[in-house]
Amino acid sequence: MAIENAVSDQDRDVDRSKMHISDTEVAVDIKGMHKWYGDFHVLRDINLKVMRGERIVICGPSGSGKSTLIRCINRLEEHQKGQIIVDGTELTDDLKKIDVVRRDVGMVFQHFNLFPHLTILENCTLAPIWVRKTPRKQAEETAMHFLRRVKIPEQANKYPGQLSGGQQQRVAIARSLCMNPRIMLFDEPTSALDPEMIKEVLDTMVGLAEEGMTMLCVTHEMGFARKVANRVIFMDQGQIVEQNTPAEFFNDPKHERTKLFLSQILH
Amino acid sequence: MQEHDLSWVRTEMTLAQRAPSREAGAFAWGRKNLFATPLNSLMTAIAIVAVAWFLPKILSWVLFDAVWTGADRTACLTTAQGGELPVGWSGACWPFVSSRFGYFMFGRYPLDERWRVILTGVIFIALLVPLLIPRVPYKGLNAVLIFGVFPVVAFILLLGGVFGLQHVETSLWGGLMVTLVLSYVGIAVSLPLGILLALGRRSRMPVVKLLSVIFIETVRGVPLVTVLFMAAFMLPLFVPPGVTFDKLLRALIGVALFASAYMAEVIRGGLQAIPRGQYEGADSLGLGYWQKMGLIVMPQALKLVIPGIVNSFISLFKDTTLVLIISMFDLLGTVKQSISGDPTWATPQTAKTGYVFAALIFWIFCFGMSRYSMFMERRLDTGHRR
Repeated sequence: MAIENAVSDQDRDVDRSKMHISDTEVAVDIKGMHKWYGDFHVLRDINLKVMRGERIVICGPSGSGKSTLIRCINRLEEHQKGQIIVDGTELTDDLKKIDVVRRDVGMVFQHFNLFPHLTILENCTLAPIWVRKTPRKQAEETAMHFLRRVKIPEQANKYPGQLSGGQQQRVAIARSLCMNPRIMLFDEPTSALDPEMIKEVLDTMVGLAEEGMTMLCVTHEMGFARKVANRVIFMDQGQIVEQNTPAEFFNDPKHERTKLFLSQILH
Repeated sequence: MQEHDLSWVRTEMTLAQRAPSREAGAFAWGRKNLFATPLNSLMTAIAIVAVAWFLPKILSWVLFDAVWTGADRTACLTTAQGGELPVGWSGACWPFVSSRFGYFMFGRYPLDERWRVILTGVIFIALLVPLLIPRVPYKGLNAVLIFGVFPVVAFILLLGGVFGLQHVETSLWGGLMVTLVLSYVGIAVSLPLGILLALGRRSRMPVVKLLSVIFIETVRGVPLVTVLFMAAFMLPLFVPPGVTFDKLLRALIGVALFASAYMAEVIRGGLQAIPRGQYEGADSLGLGYWQKMGLIVMPQALKLVIPGIVNSFISLFKDTTLVLIISMFDLLGTVKQSISGDPTWATPQTAKTGYVFAALIFWIFCFGMSRYSMFMERRLDTGHRR
């Protein structure tokens, strides 16, 4: 089967014991949201309710607005119409509310965006110390805890430029976790990595899912989507075209555009 | 049909080996750097000839044929000019410099009070050296002392008028002391002000942005000479009568504002080189504007433009000589004045000697700044390899 071939070599089984999706607690609620870049209507009528503990994979052709969508959730991009409510806080021009949301939402970028002038440890402790006002010693302990979890505690005193891409991305994940976020956004976290390094980052993300983190991932890793996601969203031309459970989504896509997309990536 | 077996398996991995000797060592260095191409070899030859031609002449004028002692001009005159040196002699007249040395350093600062200037200088060096050496701890305290406390101490020591110190008018100040006061204030003000102006120019707030642009473009559009003239002669026309500004203070403000405008543009260049991802990384962690700028963007931007910043410092240091046109005497001013205004030392060699001396002092300071900046660049290089 074509689809089976596409599943990447994630060998271990996912432990689902702690994955719990809340029936009542809404993590992100997007209602009738639109966004324009100048005259270009980049996001159109987005409606998306993410419950606490959900693991959502967003896929779609390039330029379909999937990155823009998750960047709106922590206000790296502004929306012009509709509502985005994150953990009960509505995103508006109010800078205080934006800060509240950003403290609660971690983000991992395609190009890592580590701070090259700071060591790995400093990258991880900077925000807890300056934003959360955590004492330095405690912030460093937390940072080392998460660096151990992403399996690179021995790199703590190196600079980002001395690490491989996969290691840098794992540091970026640890850096976000140090802020103790309740929601994690992943913007194509493996797209800039060499093939040999993709797995180590995906494994870290699987580990995070197993602990019950609410996750929204823009990714083309369909194996990850099948194993970890509870919902797959397909976007095209700035709108959500189809969403379903991974099994249904891959085995029985409904929309023509989805079928075309899947046939092209699952060659 | 070609019989070709495409299957091949390596049986043993090759170990790392030493590079061939012609790739390392002094010989290889010379071949690579001096004689790599015919043009390169030609340039090397021209350089060697030029050094062989000029260096002995310079050395003999500065050192071997120079006059080292003497009480007045006769020591540096040939027999034809009324002295004792052979006709056709040419060399530096160093006793001119040593006899006027105090004037070159302090201007007309009273002789009995010069210890105050020297003490200020010693305090400055004692604070500057540990600040420049990375290994010395307490950098924060050190910076507060040198940029916060030292100016007050220096102000009291140099100007006097309190604590039983005799008041010394700034019109008596001169020489290297004025050069250094102007440069210190110019540097200490232009860096922070330049940072604020650069941030202002990139601000999203239209008023802040407009004000920054107007300031930068106005100041940059005007020569320093004009700014100094304005500060010296025009400013008094605009303030109410009775209010007087010290002339040195006016020059200080003029130089500092002028340098700030240039500094702002240098720093803006650095800010533009910081990728958007760095801002987004900081934003996504919830850092506020000043935290983002102060902790993430500015350290990287400043590091990128160290050469430009030091370039500005060096040109500021040399531009201080322009205060001569508002009748203030910095190092070059005092040298120039001694050459033209001191009959005791009027000889054909005096001017050359004086200017060479001034050039040497300026060069020492500028070269020092340049080398230190290169050291810092290497030290701060944590690799922008991605």
